[in-house]
Amino acid sequence: MARPRLGVVKFASCDGCQLTLLDLEDQLLGIAEQVEIVEFAEATSARSAGPYELLLVEGSVSTPEQAEAIVELRRQAAKLVTIGACATTGGIQALRVFADHDAWRASIYPHPEWIESLATATPIADHVPVDAELRGCPIDPGQLLEFLTATLLGRRPRLPDEAVCLACKRAGSVCVVVAHGEPCLGPVTRTGCGAICPAFGRGCYACFGPRETANVPGLRRSLVVLGNAPADVDERFAGFTALAPPFARAAAAGLAAAAATGGDDARR
Amino acid sequence: MHGGEGRGAAGAGATTERRFDVGQLTRVEGEGSLRLRVRGGVVVEARLAIFEAPRYFERLVVGRRPDDVLDIVARICGICPVAYQMSAVHAFEALYRVDVDPAVRTLRRLLYCGEWIESHALHVYLLHAPDFLGFESVVALAQADRGAVERGLALKKTGNAIVALLGGRPIHPVSVRVGGFSRAPRPREMAALRPALEAAVEQALETVRWVAGLPTPDLRQAARLVALRHPDDYPMNEGRIVSSDGLDLPATDWEAAFREEQVEGTNALHARTLDGGAYLVGPAARVTLAGDRLHPLAAEALAATGLAEEIRVNPYRSIVARAVELVHAAAEARDIVAGYRAPETALATWRARPGTAAWATEAPRGLLFHRYEIDERGRVAEARIVPPTSQNQAAIEEALVTVAPGVLDVPEETARTRIEQLVRSYDPCISCATHFLDLTVEREP
Repeated sequence: MARPRLGVVKFASCDGCQLTLLDLEDQLLGIAEQVEIVEFAEATSARSAGPYELLLVEGSVSTPEQAEAIVELRRQAAKLVTIGACATTGGIQALRVFADHDAWRASIYPHPEWIESLATATPIADHVPVDAELRGCPIDPGQLLEFLTATLLGRRPRLPDEAVCLACKRAGSVCVVVAHGEPCLGPVTRTGCGAICPAFGRGCYACFGPRETANVPGLRRSLVVLGNAPADVDERFAGFTALAPPFARAAAAGLAAAAATGGDDARR
Repeated sequence: MHGGEGRGAAGAGATTERRFDVGQLTRVEGEGSLRLRVRGGVVVEARLAIFEAPRYFERLVVGRRPDDVLDIVARICGICPVAYQMSAVHAFEALYRVDVDPAVRTLRRLLYCGEWIESHALHVYLLHAPDFLGFESVVALAQADRGAVERGLALKKTGNAIVALLGGRPIHPVSVRVGGFSRAPRPREMAALRPALEAAVEQALETVRWVAGLPTPDLRQAARLVALRHPDDYPMNEGRIVSSDGLDLPATDWEAAFREEQVEGTNALHARTLDGGAYLVGPAARVTLAGDRLHPLAAEALAATGLAEEIRVNPYRSIVARAVELVHAAAEARDIVAGYRAPETALATWRARPGTAAWATEAPRGLLFHRYEIDERGRVAEARIVPPTSQNQAAIEEALVTVAPGVLDVPEETARTRIEQLVRSYDPCISCATHFLDLTVEREP
């Protein structure tokens, strides 16, 4: 039986999610026996414009060229899977929608007219239908392996949608909200990272994005009651999944407050 | 953009101007293209163009607090997030005059060792070595020499394990904070790394022997070299900026000797010396300018190759410099872990103050300079980030001008392979510099 054809492509991103595939050091050569890697520019000079049985897409759409390319890639892919916070929510570069994109471009490039860039950085699902997504900034190697294994076996992948808090409790970490009043977005954030931030003594910054039924207003109220400034809580949402719909309003408010002048903010 | 367009021979144009496209540069981090202009059989210009979509990091950090900046700048690059965190954290701590625990300083070197091992093993084994042996990928290489590939993957795994122990995960670790670490590892956790590090030193030594014996093209392309230099240590987190032609500056003063300029057709700014010269940063520069600071095992391994001088002048030999640095990083990491004591204060207290926060550290690919203006609120008012690949672009282009005439008349596929191998020898991280390489040759009369 022919091995399924796997493609890995990227748009605006840091390469970290596709690197996660290469970071499966113990499984990489085994995976390469199970699938035929026909397109993965970071890893092989063999190239294919399609068709693909499985296409992993990293990054968000941030140039006119990318907006065209994703449409053709979708045509070539039997199953298109987005990997990571950029591809699923827009990523950190999506914060440009809260700002003046032309002014940003002009402030970095002396000749902004030479730079082709959109005023938005949007998730892949805004452009084409997506068959599955892996969350995270970066994605979790365990979740990637589970997804690939399930796909090859033809079963449903087990990608839990529960709050980071559950993994945090199972790990036996001290709750940073209860113990230190730290703003932590764990209650509204999807699990998958292993609850590493609380394990390292800091609050979750939502790099896996919102879980289903995330109660953002409720968490905001609770964190403010515990003594956090509302603007500080809002700014927490203005990170790697800020454009995910449940977070976007708080993120916008947090960035507006951060841009406003006045108030000594020096901490500790 | 991806695959497809522009690949393969694009065919001849008019007799006076022939173009051919070699396609997206592969086995690099990011998307770039290459254009050669040929006049009367002479290559008059080589242009490495970076099409990686701009992500505006220097604006994304404006208005944010230093600790948030550490999380944000990591996302510039999934291969070297620690480097971005290190240049930024040192910059802030220098401005705030934070006195970090000496054990924190050591842990930061260990964290950097982990990233160097992960990044160098990725580049040596997965991206670059297949070129020397005529394979299209590490998967093809593994069919011919599975032992070599398994050695490379084991090294990479150990590098990732170090970063994950100190920072929670290998990509975008979470523990680096202004003042130290949000959590320092317990001695028992560190001890668990020891067997892998003992093995890594041996694997790295074997890597040096392996890459030194790879069939390597001849090239003499001596570039001006720039790296950090430190009185005691092989350069990573600290040191002065020095060059092969006598430059010697504090790490905060990069802008006193270098500048960035924009070139049409590329999304990365290019860095040059103030007098317009090209220069080279990275493993070959470090091994040449700070070789006397290498760990004795690494210095011995380098000497045994007899290639120190070749590393200075032949860009293809950068793979040997990278392997020597693998030995250094593995041996230093082993020593740090063996002598580990947890910091008394993992996280020092600090107060923000306004002013200029600037620093340079040695990313796996070379010097990485950051400068932030901090306002009265303790937030970033302005930022400048100069990654190694931006600094190497001009030197890469000069080397291409030297090499290109030799490939103009060879078959298309051979030309592409040889040009790509040269570009890959600089380990360009185009995601950092702002990725795909199309080679276009324009021939004029």
